[in-house]
Amino acid sequence: MSSSVDFSKGLPSHPEKATLEGKNKFLGFWVFLGGETIMFATFFGTFLGLREGTAGGPTAEELFSLPLVFIMTMLLLTSSLTSVLAMFSMKKNNHKSMLVLMIVTVLLGAAFLGFEIYEFVEYVHHGLGYTTSAFASSFYTLVGLHGAHVLFGLCWITTLIIRYSRSGITLTNAPKFYVASLYWHFIDVIWVFIFTVVYLLGIGGA
Amino acid sequence: MADDLSKPFPKSSMSEEEIMKINKERRIQVTSFAFMIFLTILAFVAVATEMIEVGFAIPFILLLAVIQFFLQMYYFMHLKDKDHGWPNAFIISGVVLSTPALIALILLLGVTKY
Amino acid sequence: MSTAAATKDKSVLWDWLTTVDHKKLAILYLVAGGLFFIKAGLMAVFMRIQLMTAENDFLTGQTFNELITMHGTIMLFLAATPLIFAFMNFVIPLQIGARDVAFPFVNALGFWIFFFGGLLLSVSWFFGGGPDAGWTAYVPLSSGEYADLGLDFYVLGLQVSGIGTLVSGINFIVTIINMRAPGMTMMRMPLFCWTGLVISILIVFAFTPLAAGLALLMLDRLFGGQFFIPDMGGNAVLWQHIFWIFGHPEVYILVLPAFGIISEVVPAFSRKRLFGYTAMVFATLVIAFLGFMVWVHHMFTVGLGPITNSVFAIATMGIAVPTGIKIFNWLFTMWGGKITFNTAMLCASSFVPTFVLGGVTGVMLAMTPVDYLYHDTYFVVAHFHYIIIGGIVLGLLAGLYYWYPKMFGHKLNEKLGMLMFWLFYIGFHMTFFIQHILGLIGMPRRVYTYLEGQGMETMNLISSIGSFVMGAGILVLLINVVYSAFKAERITVNDPWDARTLEWATPTPIPEYNFAQTPQVRSLDPLFYEKMHGDGTIKPAEPMEDIHMPNGSILPFIIGLGLFTWGFGMVMINMENPIIPPAVVIGVGFVLTFGSMFIRSIKEDHGYHIPVEQVKKIEKEVS
Ligand code: HEM
Ligand SMILES: [Cu+2]
Repeated sequence: MSSSVDFSKGLPSHPEKATLEGKNKFLGFWVFLGGETIMFATFFGTFLGLREGTAGGPTAEELFSLPLVFIMTMLLLTSSLTSVLAMFSMKKNNHKSMLVLMIVTVLLGAAFLGFEIYEFVEYVHHGLGYTTSAFASSFYTLVGLHGAHVLFGLCWITTLIIRYSRSGITLTNAPKFYVASLYWHFIDVIWVFIFTVVYLLGIGGA
Repeated sequence: MADDLSKPFPKSSMSEEEIMKINKERRIQVTSFAFMIFLTILAFVAVATEMIEVGFAIPFILLLAVIQFFLQMYYFMHLKDKDHGWPNAFIISGVVLSTPALIALILLLGVTKY
Repeated sequence: MSTAAATKDKSVLWDWLTTVDHKKLAILYLVAGGLFFIKAGLMAVFMRIQLMTAENDFLTGQTFNELITMHGTIMLFLAATPLIFAFMNFVIPLQIGARDVAFPFVNALGFWIFFFGGLLLSVSWFFGGGPDAGWTAYVPLSSGEYADLGLDFYVLGLQVSGIGTLVSGINFIVTIINMRAPGMTMMRMPLFCWTGLVISILIVFAFTPLAAGLALLMLDRLFGGQFFIPDMGGNAVLWQHIFWIFGHPEVYILVLPAFGIISEVVPAFSRKRLFGYTAMVFATLVIAFLGFMVWVHHMFTVGLGPITNSVFAIATMGIAVPTGIKIFNWLFTMWGGKITFNTAMLCASSFVPTFVLGGVTGVMLAMTPVDYLYHDTYFVVAHFHYIIIGGIVLGLLAGLYYWYPKMFGHKLNEKLGMLMFWLFYIGFHMTFFIQHILGLIGMPRRVYTYLEGQGMETMNLISSIGSFVMGAGILVLLINVVYSAFKAERITVNDPWDARTLEWATPTPIPEYNFAQTPQVRSLDPLFYEKMHGDGTIKPAEPMEDIHMPNGSILPFIIGLGLFTWGFGMVMINMENPIIPPAVVIGVGFVLTFGSMFIRSIKEDHGYHIPVEQVKKIEKEVS
């Protein structure tokens, strides 16, 4: 379907939804996020149902360290802001600033992931292997799945940045960037619940 | 036409007014970000300092998480904007349908019988 | 800009492997689903031969367990679902007046991923036998301790095919919401589109928890996860919950499209509009919502506690209300209509009483105290077969006979059709009615044999004979397909049934762009409206222009292949002495999958245009 956009007028104020393809991508992605919600809910439920099942292995209170989680949270929250700002640049047809903000997003995400890997290695050293207990398995699965989402997001956004480093903002790449930034926010939303339910509740007793 | 789809635009079509609106929106986003950081710090402090007793801390930090959820969804992800009826419907359905599943997985495992 | 020439001179095979045309994908779904249906049907016949007499030794217990698992799994995931997708793919874009689906590429992707997932499950036979823990795969029966490689194939095969189903579901949702022709408001959509939309939503919300559950089981089996083992802090009930959180919505995913088909066929052959259209839409939505709130009725006997059981029992009975609304609406549609009883209509109208029987036993099962009697007996088997065969399969058969002329350019033979119907219908009741009673006198389900002198011989014999009759019915259908392909007269008119909805406004055979000009819809049942108030043709909403079409692509096939390879590599982790290290196979699968996705992402593909002169030429040819 060709666009009904008047080229000479300039980039439409919602370039991500200016074409039918863009609209479809936008909606399809939201539908996907709806599904992701309930998938993550299942993993959260599994973790919460099994978190007392430490089978004599290390418990959450013994392992988790608040400062580390706090730093990770700040990194990811900030990356959510940079990707939101990138979308404002996109709407204003400011290609360069969009790219820079997206690169910052990726760097923050990569730092987050680095900390997470460090964290997991640390826990394994403290005797929390994947097979140690139901708590261990469900913890690694939930947080690891989130980490895998971060990793996928990093690869995806990096691909977009490199592919469109010189193209300017077009009606084809605007929806792609927009959807990628939605994905990134969603990862952040999930993290909000992970740091609350897994870490803070894990340390704060109950 | 197809080749237009991969061509950059010389300028933005936005009017002064629209630019002003979008800048204002941008300010709101930054403010809500600051607010989210504040909520996060509050949650961490509530647990780290054990200022409030455990029985209250749990619902408190859960509430903070829910507020952040709304801020992220409705501001950062623009669910509050117009043309977001269907996205709203899907996210709300996701949350609503997740609720019984979550409750069952936490409570109805046959350990305590209700 | 490339032109239509790009589609010309491709070999037939290449064309089918790369197609993104929803009509061709529909036929691929139909063939693949049909083959899986026949395969699982044969398994059922084998099981009935085994159960024909007491203490029979036609099959061993192990083989019987494998057959029962594969039969159920294939029928639900790899036969019923794709057959439904076949009709949804073919009909929905036509009914809403669209040139194609929202994401033609994703549509093809969905098919190939489903197909390769099914293949992965099926190759289990060559590596030590199929899965044997029932289609529900309850732990600990399905854990590494008790189940072999077959179950790894189950877990990964379903995981892969589930991804395909999920992306197809998303595609349908966006298609129905965004691609409707001008004037086709939501409340003018045919009921088949409505049910298609609703089940796609159910897929998005039910297949995702299934993916989570299968991931847990996979991690448990392959990497020693401790989710289900009580000694290690795990909990076996967890799996049951996750499975049924998916499982009950799944049964509605299958039955709602059948409702949709019935709601198309019944008005068409009663020559009346559907009674209570709005109520039908509303009932569909209510059923979909309640479908998520009742899953514990599969776990009444687990012992979750009396309050839990009561709440879910009441919710379950609640579903009977919207279902009843639908039943009455179909009856009132037929009431006073000028009914033509051809094969499609026979299947559709006999659907109604059969489905009612299944619903009644459903409500019986929902009464928790007596469910302790029924549970895990043949009564349950009878219940869900009344719903699945008497509901879904009859609906699919009705749809097949109804849409066949549009899909293949000729009708199926009516005489053979009648023969098929009566064989199938009588055979079905013979097989399954008696199973209610078998269940009530205490025959447990999923057992491979029974003892003499317990009063079960005669009834089992009758049931087995019934299943052969039913099989004969399907055989007649296959003969009919071949016979009609050679003997039936070609259809050249748009509308061989004198029907009501937009798909019958397209020429037969349908050009690849469906509508030369996007139609302008003025009412519910648009074609019927134009027949009554206009000149019988649909008005165009736009001038004749170049038509934009998507390019075909081999990438969906390769992504499917990649996921197959990945899944196979994962299974190899549990193999004794794999020839190649599993990591290599997994890596190859990853590279194929993500490599293709990467190529797709960086290569912009804007499709091509069919020039307006060529459209005019094609239009002249077909009319
Ligand atoms: C609409 C389509 C329906 C389908 C496809 C369907 C399918 C099934 C299936 C497959 C099972 C067996 C599960 C197993 O143990 O393996 C089952 C059990 C059950 N069904 Fe249905 N059902 C449908 C409708 C209903 C309705 C309308 C009700 C009640 C109002 C109902 C109530 C039940 C109950 C309570 C059970 C559990 C029986 C037990 O395991 O003890 N079903 N159904
Ligand atoms: Cu059910």
